Amino acid sequence: MAAAAQDGGNLANVHHILLVLSGKGGVGKSTIATQIALALRLAGKKVGILDVDLCGPSIPRMLNAMNKEVHQCDGGWVPVYVDQEKTISLMSIGFLLEKPDDAVVWRGPKKNAMINQFVNDVAWGELDFLIVDTPPGTSDEHISTVNALQPYNPMGAVLVTTPQAVAVGDVRRELTFCKKVGLPVVGIVENMSGFVCPTCSECTNIFSKGGGEELARHSGVPFLGCVPLDPQLTLSMEYGKDFLREFPQSPAYPALTSIARFILDKASESS
Amino acid sequence: MADVPEDAPQHCPGTTSIEAGKGSACQGCPNQALCVSTPPGPVLAIEEINEKMSLVKHKILVISGKGGVGKSTFSALLAHNLADEGKQVALLDVDVCGPSIPKMMGLEGEQVHQSGSGWSPVYLEDNLAVMSVGFLLCSPDDAVIWRGPKKNGMIQQFLRDVDWGEVDYLIVDTPPGTSDEHLTVVQYLSASCIDGAVIITTPQEVSLQDVRKEINFCRKVKLQIIGVVENMSGFKCPNCKTESHIFPPTTGGAEQMCSDFGIPLLGKIPLDPAIGKSCDYGKSYLAEVQDSPGVLSYRNITQRIKEYCNTNH
Repeated sequence: MAAAAQDGGNLANVHHILLVLSGKGGVGKSTIATQIALALRLAGKKVGILDVDLCGPSIPRMLNAMNKEVHQCDGGWVPVYVDQEKTISLMSIGFLLEKPDDAVVWRGPKKNAMINQFVNDVAWGELDFLIVDTPPGTSDEHISTVNALQPYNPMGAVLVTTPQAVAVGDVRRELTFCKKVGLPVVGIVENMSGFVCPTCSECTNIFSKGGGEELARHSGVPFLGCVPLDPQLTLSMEYGKDFLREFPQSPAYPALTSIARFILDKASESS
Repeated sequence: MADVPEDAPQHCPGTTSIEAGKGSACQGCPNQALCVSTPPGPVLAIEEINEKMSLVKHKILVISGKGGVGKSTFSALLAHNLADEGKQVALLDVDVCGPSIPKMMGLEGEQVHQSGSGWSPVYLEDNLAVMSVGFLLCSPDDAVIWRGPKKNGMIQQFLRDVDWGEVDYLIVDTPPGTSDEHLTVVQYLSASCIDGAVIITTPQEVSLQDVRKEINFCRKVKLQIIGVVENMSGFKCPNCKTESHIFPPTTGGAEQMCSDFGIPLLGKIPLDPAIGKSCDYGKSYLAEVQDSPGVLSYRNITQRIKEYCNTNH
């Protein structure tokens, strides 16, 4: 592995690697990963997304790239480009399944082998950012991904949570995971934070409020902001639309762009 | 297979398989002698598990390909509901990395005790017993950073060593996905006959696409499907009563998926801030807010599950 890093490897020209993690499922990891990628592209960056959620890959749909295929070249697998300008490239197990509903019924060792291939054998080329989207938990996928990426010095992890205590509890465990494996935490995002009724503008905290912010304060990591529940955002994810370009007036827009700005600042500090 | 070492020869049958050490792939493997001499683990374990499970009338798995759709909330409330009716209920949380059940049942900080007949579960009521990896951790910050085989060992212990006594319903809450935990539970319990699985989803396609995989998983491993529950199905603004589709059913929601696959839809549960709140405080939503649409829906679904179990087993 270390040898691969020394002689370059497929990640040699990737400047910053960012992981999106959460102990909890369904909190919006893939949504946040996708939106960070789109926001960074809006800022003129070249971005790759690696989806290591092998049992439930969501990113291909979110970027409207469902039926694309992965090709082979001398350098390895060519990722799927989601736009003609080739500003966002994507690798996901979703592209390797014969039928979209096929279940990937794999135990750990097989998942680990796949992840190692994803990390080492994808010909990303030159990228400003590689965003790695992960499944929930602190198990095989996470250990393997972090191990495989270690030689390339990832800039860190963005942790996503929803506000309620049950979710925050799992994310606390994910923080411990990051500490144990030596992965820096870039910050915490509180997603699904309040819903503003489109009819009467009343805000209801469906999944409570403030849990992510409190966790960030309690554990001394930066808080990256609250992203509200926004039907336009969920709809954009359903149809694979570029939310940031189409709905700049929506309530989730400022929150998402400010997360991206934080990441850009952090990246320019380190380089 | 979990028990295939990473450096094993191709086609290794697995160290715990009946074929271990005897298959054609085992010829020349440095561990062949070891595999032949140790009795295959699961076979023994399965016998013990069968014995334990002979005291359990009905076994229900709560599963979903997708995370955060409300598996644990549903499991907890199904357990409450059945226990309220006087049934003897056991709730087993096999989400090893993200155990939510202790908090939802108001049992955080409880410990498991060892007795002559195994691990004693934590009792919330006389007729509601709970077991979770959460009870084995020292602090809420402790992360269980385990790969598959270790998780499987834990689950095997849960199934074999927990002293539930006589039980009407065993409800098993699972993590998202179609991997180690699911295979292990199904593998160990199938001999003692699982009544079936309740599949939880939310209405949007991003969730349904993972749940379809879970349905195919059930078919692959021959696990009966009791039915599908659509959770977080619409939200009624408490102020103006307008309903919003926060997670829009762009492809027809669970209803369409169920008719595509020919499986029953057990019901829809609306988004209700009171559900999340009672989970956070470890209270039963069914007791907190009586007669709300969510509570009625939970009650109906429980009835349908009971009917299924009574007619099929």
